Amino acid sequence: MKKNINKNYFEVLRPGINSTFQDNGRNNFYHIGIPFSGAMDNRNFLLANTISNNGINNPVLEFAYQGPKLKYIGENISINVTGDVNFKVIRNNKNLEFSCYENIILENNDCLDILSTNRSVYGYLSIGGKFEVDYYLNSCSTNTKAKIGANSGEKLEKGQIIHVKNIKKILPKNKIEYLNSKIENIRIIKGPHFDYFSKDAIDLFFGNEFNITKLSDRMGIRLKGSKISNIKNTNIKSEGLVKGVIQITADGDPIIMLSDHGTIGGYPKIGVVISADYDKLVQIPPGSKIKFKEINLKDAETIFKLYEMETQNLISNIK
Amino acid sequence: MIKNISNLGDAALYCDFGNEVNKEINRNVINYFNNLRDSNFLGITNITPSYNKLVISFDLKLTSFAKLKKQVENLELKKINNSKNNLIKIPVCYVEEFALDINRLQKLLKINEAKIYETFFSKNYYCYMTGFIAGMPFLGDIDKSLFAKRLETPRVKVPKNSVGITEQFCNIYTFESPGGWNIIGKTPVNIFDNKNNTKPNLINPGDTISFYPISKLEYEKKYK
Repeated sequence: MKKNINKNYFEVLRPGINSTFQDNGRNNFYHIGIPFSGAMDNRNFLLANTISNNGINNPVLEFAYQGPKLKYIGENISINVTGDVNFKVIRNNKNLEFSCYENIILENNDCLDILSTNRSVYGYLSIGGKFEVDYYLNSCSTNTKAKIGANSGEKLEKGQIIHVKNIKKILPKNKIEYLNSKIENIRIIKGPHFDYFSKDAIDLFFGNEFNITKLSDRMGIRLKGSKISNIKNTNIKSEGLVKGVIQITADGDPIIMLSDHGTIGGYPKIGVVISADYDKLVQIPPGSKIKFKEINLKDAETIFKLYEMETQNLISNIK
Repeated sequence: MIKNISNLGDAALYCDFGNEVNKEINRNVINYFNNLRDSNFLGITNITPSYNKLVISFDLKLTSFAKLKKQVENLELKKINNSKNNLIKIPVCYVEEFALDINRLQKLLKINEAKIYETFFSKNYYCYMTGFIAGMPFLGDIDKSLFAKRLETPRVKVPKNSVGITEQFCNIYTFESPGGWNIIGKTPVNIFDNKNNTKPNLINPGDTISFYPISKLEYEKKYK
């Protein structure tokens, strides 16, 4: 058989709402204004790559709500989808149903239609091989704000071609059973400006539910609920942010910083979401209600250790 | 020096250098930043200097708040020759179509346009930090006579390369972005180069910046 490096590709028939290439993210560039980026739900990203027998930092296609519809041209390739996702493969005009978290073999002319995420936000498509993508500052993660990373820093567009390379000759057959559990209570650690808020405001913050609004994306989640009024100053001198920081804006609404967040910010930080709850937080869709609960640093560290053990256990169960 | 180190969540250190904004404190922050960049402490993922704070985020799988805090406290500071007196000259065109808020400023500051620009162009500025959006420099301090608040309602879209002022600071919008600073002109120079894979930022913390006026024609020539 003749080998041609560009003979295997996906054609984008429908791009989906917010489809971008992501990997582990970009370290060490906050100081020049470039956020971490990377796959929003790290556990589902890791599972996708492990099921494909890939290195853990291999690029995946991340999608939100509605995923892409892709036509595949080329030699047989294994793929898998992770998250809580509805999808099908159309082969010779027949619809074939599959589950998430298992390898599927795509054949020449197959069409992969990722219809939607179920009561969640993000899903991942991984291939047994590698999407041919551009790297910038050691990562392919697309950041549509700074226009950097894979796909010239843009979301997928209709009609474009995604080349794939290094297709695994021995197609992996891995799978795992996994259920994405949902959370409503978000555990947080007090932030450095906790004392900018009155006792009443703090009681409202922890006592009431907040709605996740539609103005939420890879940069952040905007919440609506009780107004959290400030007794010191609605602004601070701008300073560094990290993912999970909850800022209270001048009009009293909380915003949670997510993976593509602005690197510095000028609103008081009331708290920070614990690392162990981040993957689940990003999956809560707009229209849902969440509640905050305060825990201390020690407990947060222990909970993260347990979460990591659970992830590693999942990975070791993949076969 | 660092007055206090607390935790920002479970995976970051929040180093507090005080509440004032001045060059001396900021130079301390940047000195720590440079020393930490050279330190090879395990697990650091990002270090973000700002006016008077330094946020160090880390991988909780590799280290912890207590461990890294101890390392930062015991860090021996070396003087690092980084961007010493690096002077960067930035051209600005201030024709009406680029100076979106000059009329507002004339009314607010009660000084005329010519005086505003004469004052603005006569000083060198210090870069306290870069960020918010990729490459955006936060510069200061502008002359007291030009201190103005942000717009009451921020613009949804500030054009890329706009030069803005607010309070004692000035900045350059490296990308089209929402923003509330008073826009007084536009530079043809690309401040953040997303094709440059090693040093995308033209201006870095600690640098000195001077602005100079150019005509629309020069702007067009320089803007490729």
